[in-house]
Amino acid sequence: MTDILLGFLKAFLVGGAICTIAQLLINKTKLTSGKILVYFLLAGLFLQAFGLYEHLVDFAGAGATVPISGFGYLLAEGAIKGAQSGLFGAITGGLASASAGVTSAIVFGYIFALIFKTHSKK
Amino acid sequence: MTGKNAENTNREYLEYVSSVCPKTNEVKTLFHAFWVGGLICLLGQAVRYIFIYVFGLYGDTLAGATSIVMIFLGSFLTGLGVYDKIGKYAGGGSIVPITGFANSVVSPAMEFKSEGFIYGLAAKMFVIAGPIIVFGVIGSVGVGLIYYIKGLFL
Amino acid sequence: MIKNPYKTVFFENSPSVISTYSIVGEKEANGNLGKHFDQTLSDDRFGETTYEKAECKMLSAAVKGAIKKAGYNEKEMDLFVGGDLLNQIISASFTARDFEIPFLGLYNACSTIVESVIVASMAISGGFAENAVVGTVSHFSTAERQYRYPLELGSVRPPQSQWTVTGAGSFVLSGVDKGYPSVTSATIGKVVDYGVTDVNNMGAAMAPSCASTLVRHLKGTGTRPEDYDLILTGDLGALGSKIFDKLVKDDGFDVSLNHVDCGDIIYDTVESEFQGGSGAGCGAVVFASYVYPLLKEKKINKILFLATGALLSTVSSGQGESIPGITHAVCLENL
Repeated sequence: MTDILLGFLKAFLVGGAICTIAQLLINKTKLTSGKILVYFLLAGLFLQAFGLYEHLVDFAGAGATVPISGFGYLLAEGAIKGAQSGLFGAITGGLASASAGVTSAIVFGYIFALIFKTHSKK
Repeated sequence: MTGKNAENTNREYLEYVSSVCPKTNEVKTLFHAFWVGGLICLLGQAVRYIFIYVFGLYGDTLAGATSIVMIFLGSFLTGLGVYDKIGKYAGGGSIVPITGFANSVVSPAMEFKSEGFIYGLAAKMFVIAGPIIVFGVIGSVGVGLIYYIKGLFL
Repeated sequence: MIKNPYKTVFFENSPSVISTYSIVGEKEANGNLGKHFDQTLSDDRFGETTYEKAECKMLSAAVKGAIKKAGYNEKEMDLFVGGDLLNQIISASFTARDFEIPFLGLYNACSTIVESVIVASMAISGGFAENAVVGTVSHFSTAERQYRYPLELGSVRPPQSQWTVTGAGSFVLSGVDKGYPSVTSATIGKVVDYGVTDVNNMGAAMAPSCASTLVRHLKGTGTRPEDYDLILTGDLGALGSKIFDKLVKDDGFDVSLNHVDCGDIIYDTVESEFQGGSGAGCGAVVFASYVYPLLKEKKINKILFLATGALLSTVSSGQGESIPGITHAVCLENL
């Protein structure tokens, strides 16, 4: 039970810290949300290319996988695994392991955009 | 004559403008980003535990299933018109989690639905999130190729 | 024709502004000027399927309202001059489709309202039209989508930003009806660019052009700021107004006592609007609802209306261009 509570705490702290870094970048550089997402994705991807991000995932669980950098981690990890089985795997492995995220974003995106209308903002 | 590079860029004026421009409240925004971002990840961790202990998932399946649930939540809250309000408060705290990625897919799709289901909704779905897929795929192919070539020599 | 080095235009047969009409969204109705507007919407879609259609319907309602209040009908209007912020000014053009009035569509961003008044006044004063109707419109939801992000995107709004006014304002100008506030002089703005690139800081991008047009108008007419009961600027916002006051002071004039900015006063400012309102409808609805009645009731007798515009597009800002500003001025007075 304490393991689970500790897991929650680590997810909260690490996830919160990653988001705080993003906010710091927004405050300092006026980066827009699209660019922030790209930079964090690439950061996760590069860290995993050197085998580093997986340690953060082991430590913080969702605290490391839920931020978009975790998506970059998945892409890199998939590509590295794929490379073991040959050139084809090296090229397709990344997107294959990230396919759940991409597919669900497209499917839910389409469905919810069909159902809902934009709301007036105040 | 363009203002950007030409001599009519008035440095003195731009310096004056930045001196009177209101500053973002640094500590407040960082705190908002921290607790909302942390909370979204904590929620993700709860989803993860449910998949581990109730459904016995692990590895890539676990990661995939968790992202699907989080993307569902992000999309749904966007549809309800709530996510942009969270974003206004939390900034980076709701942009960086994968729910923010979902938000950046659903929001233009909803917005451009008025121009049709193909060239509006579907085509504009990735106006903001497209670069994430593009750089993600290019990056992963790069990493894969490096590891493949490394594997040939080691 | 009076020639002067400041290119100020004097209307020898001053046209009168005989009626105004304003229509705004719910947020504007809840602002400082709420009770003055002719019509307020409870639904930003105005019963239409898209915000663009709603924007067009708003301008159409404002033009109809102004013509009706003037006691005229559509056929007696010789000219309709107007514009909006959308690409290819579709709101104004599609509004003109509803009317049998010769139409001149203009675009100078948020300064279009005064630009339209100047063009209409020139036509009337020159004898090319007897009566003319002018009108501009902007809508928060259509402007956000075109200039910024989708409405539902959870993005951060920086503190120097402004909020696009959902509103349409229309005025009827006449060369035959007398005894109303008259357009006596005008100064057409020059495009001024001091190199501001921050698309969220429109006030700073437009303030230099506003100061330049004000100074030209004062020099061209030989007047001082204190000769006007009110110097009304379009949508500089709180920050832009502060910068404008400072720039004018650097040129040796003091407007701190009688300068009011439409964008600065329209909202009961809370955090989400930060520096106040902006948009082609901003100056139009504030003038139509609040300032014009004061003039008509002779509570104030001479005003200078300076509408400010930021001439950027998503293409120009995407290519890293700075934001050129333009400001047109008209003087309205009770003769």
